[in-house]
Amino acid sequence: MFYDVAIIGAGVIGSLTARNLSQYNLKVALIEKGNDVACATSKANSGIVHAGFDAKPGTLKARLNVEGTKKMADVCKTLFVPFKEIGSLVVAFSDDEVETLKELYQRGITNGLDADSMEILDRQALVKLEPNVSPDAVGALLSKTAGIVCPYELTVAAAECAATNGVEFLRNCGVNSIKFENDMFILSTEQGEISAKYIINAAGVHSDDIAKMIGDNSINITPRLGEYALLDKSVGNVVNHVIFQCPTEMGKGVLIAPTVDGNVIVGPTTVEVDNKDSAAIAQDALSNVFKSANKSVPSISMRNTITSFGGLRAHDVTSDFIIGSSNANKKFINVAGIASPGLASSPAIADYVLEILQSIYDGELEKKSDYNPSRTEPIKFREMSDEQRRELIAKNKAYGRIICRCETVTEGEIIDAINSPVGARDVDGVKRRTRAGMGRCQSGFCGSKVMEILSRELNVPINEITKFGGKSDILYERTK
Amino acid sequence: MKGRSKVNSTLKYDLVVIGGGPAGMAAALEAKKNGVGKIIILERAETLGGILEQCIHTGFGLHYFGEELSGPEYAHKFIELVEQSDIDVKTDTMVISISKERMVTAVNNQDGFIQIDATAVILAMGCRERARGALDIAGSRASGVMTAGAAQKFVNIDGYMPGKKIVILGSGDIGLIMARRMTLEGAQVKMVCELMPYSGGLTRNIVQCLDDFDIPLKLSCTVIEVHGTERVEGITIAQVDENRNVIDGTQEFVECDTLLLSVGLIPENELSKQIDIDMDPITSGPVVNEMRQTSLPGVFACGNVLQVHDLVDYVTTESQIAGLGAAKYISNPNNDDSRYAFTKGGDGVRYIVPQKVNINSKEEIKLYFRVADVYLKSKFVVSVGDEVLIEKRKQKFAPGEMENATLTLEMLEKIKENDEIVISIKER
Repeated sequence: MFYDVAIIGAGVIGSLTARNLSQYNLKVALIEKGNDVACATSKANSGIVHAGFDAKPGTLKARLNVEGTKKMADVCKTLFVPFKEIGSLVVAFSDDEVETLKELYQRGITNGLDADSMEILDRQALVKLEPNVSPDAVGALLSKTAGIVCPYELTVAAAECAATNGVEFLRNCGVNSIKFENDMFILSTEQGEISAKYIINAAGVHSDDIAKMIGDNSINITPRLGEYALLDKSVGNVVNHVIFQCPTEMGKGVLIAPTVDGNVIVGPTTVEVDNKDSAAIAQDALSNVFKSANKSVPSISMRNTITSFGGLRAHDVTSDFIIGSSNANKKFINVAGIASPGLASSPAIADYVLEILQSIYDGELEKKSDYNPSRTEPIKFREMSDEQRRELIAKNKAYGRIICRCETVTEGEIIDAINSPVGARDVDGVKRRTRAGMGRCQSGFCGSKVMEILSRELNVPINEITKFGGKSDILYERTK
Repeated sequence: MKGRSKVNSTLKYDLVVIGGGPAGMAAALEAKKNGVGKIIILERAETLGGILEQCIHTGFGLHYFGEELSGPEYAHKFIELVEQSDIDVKTDTMVISISKERMVTAVNNQDGFIQIDATAVILAMGCRERARGALDIAGSRASGVMTAGAAQKFVNIDGYMPGKKIVILGSGDIGLIMARRMTLEGAQVKMVCELMPYSGGLTRNIVQCLDDFDIPLKLSCTVIEVHGTERVEGITIAQVDENRNVIDGTQEFVECDTLLLSVGLIPENELSKQIDIDMDPITSGPVVNEMRQTSLPGVFACGNVLQVHDLVDYVTTESQIAGLGAAKYISNPNNDDSRYAFTKGGDGVRYIVPQKVNINSKEEIKLYFRVADVYLKSKFVVSVGDEVLIEKRKQKFAPGEMENATLTLEMLEKIKENDEIVISIKER
């Protein structure tokens, strides 16, 4: 198989980059080791669109965060992805920390934020915005342009758009080695050999391993595990903004934020780990998360947890994003070290990668005449009015059969998720696309029904349906 | 124009029963017996019967029918009666909302969007299992962790094995039943771990499901970590102290491919919360009177949505009360001369249902309650103020077994409005 460009890694960066490249007459492959898009860092992070005051001035992180956040609303609107500009608050608990707020404010200005997008609040103003904030809070930095987005929905949407415009998505396609011969990369993958003129390395925590395959040893990813708790919708309005504490050396600390779907996310911890393929959470993870979160909002309780999870962040030893042509081969573009604020920066990163490709491309990139920047808008029964639901079911009865009770997800939506341009192939894929199984019962009731629908739509036996590909089987042989 | 007017019209029923499990069916049948005209049962599964359909073991009906039946057999006795009656049934139908005016909105893939104006509503939605997320278990998100009830459905309904080497966390009845079921299907059940120092299940299930198969029951023991990246490869268990904290040094790795959870049941009251009825924080079900009427007149609740039962027989009895209550309400909605006294769990009693009783009741009233711990050679005492109404001795009280006490008409006469009826456990 021959491609102009092979993108390694179908996270949010790889997928948005693929979408960007799909505007041009290029043969592009989006290559993914896992069974789906968004199945590593992009599925398990805070989902925060940071305003951009936190990153160190002059870094790529600072520049691309500010640019990315500016672009986020537009990208999300075009792709039918929920994005809410709810603003963020960095809460201070002492006079020293109020000084830190002032530094952050100044840093924001230096990084290019509008002065009127930020405001330092006293306690009274803070309590007005966040009645549940700790009595120990003395003030906060309000940042009006910060927001929340669903990271995996953005990734799925970008990949669907790319696929609609001709990008080929290759799953279960781990790259084992890369050769460069006759001005062409030859990738040896789990699905056979793939040739490409250019490679974009968006392999997340594995981006250093991929770069090493062409002799580029400049990247050094030390993955950091972030552990989170997700709280039930019944406490969904405990906070109205993204609530941070003052940042430390190890990152932005534990945050509390509403999610676009009405839950509350609490986390992350920050733990340096060795294993790049396991986001297993530690035994005291949840109690640590809540201990820290209770400093900001004392009423938040572990009892409201519906699930907990871990995610790895692709932290590079330089602490900055590493984006650019490799010194080992200029046709190999690294997009590595994309830790926080990677999600916020992602639309700008994708544009920057396109610029780099344009600058090194042999010849002119030619725009397609029929490029569609959007995707088919997914049907979300749970968000519809009764009148809309009535009309929808009248058109297609599959939307009248509710499979996931907790999140009110219909059979029609699950069928759509499986048959979409980058369709779900496993239970977690359906979950990320439709929310079936994301609710309080955590798929206790709908799990087997989702498997039945997958089995039917994909025409494979039910005991071959996995949780997330690979050996994540759910059922074994038939009973006696 | 196929049925445009029909689609938009609102159906009118005297009684809408939400849920077609044992609770919903018994309530509907009892309402019918007491003269209610138009009744409809809305059930979200493909068939009536509720969770009984996957409970293929026996042990059902000993109290109510005086014979030992399997779950489906017990259910089918009621399904047949419903089918013989003129009660309407819609299966594969999900109620998505109810209003305080008792307008019920449901959807299915046959009729589409359904709106029903009901004189009375019986909530009989049952309960769900607590999931892993509610527990603080470390480790990966590997496949092979599921609730015991989900595994039961895979094995008994779908005919597939969810694992070969099994550890079960939680000794509730479903966990115990599944220990035996998986063993009979050829899996190796390594152990059942129970966080508490006693089992939450029925004694007969411990004997018949664990002891008879030499499956160890590890008390004061929990699972603290799941190992494996794709599929579960093992777990770490540990002993806990009296405050349920892990005792360091007792951690032990157990190889397995499956962890089944039987760690508690939660009444499914999401619909009840839409109409703002009073809820009991202990039962997680609505607050009801002796007819199982909630704080919103015309809305009743019974079965596991009201309180988690250990025996379906008690569900049936409770639901018949709700069915009768609904019938009385429908025949005369505005005739309420109730004067209430309130029940309260005293020492050693977690909760009592009903939470309030009409002292003008013309019938005796049975109170159902659960104890908070295991008590040996004790008695329960029902009292109002200083006056003891009932005293009953028992060899053993256990949280897994529901107890009851009956207030006779004579006793009710002694109770005044707003009195507190207290049940406590005392040493003999």
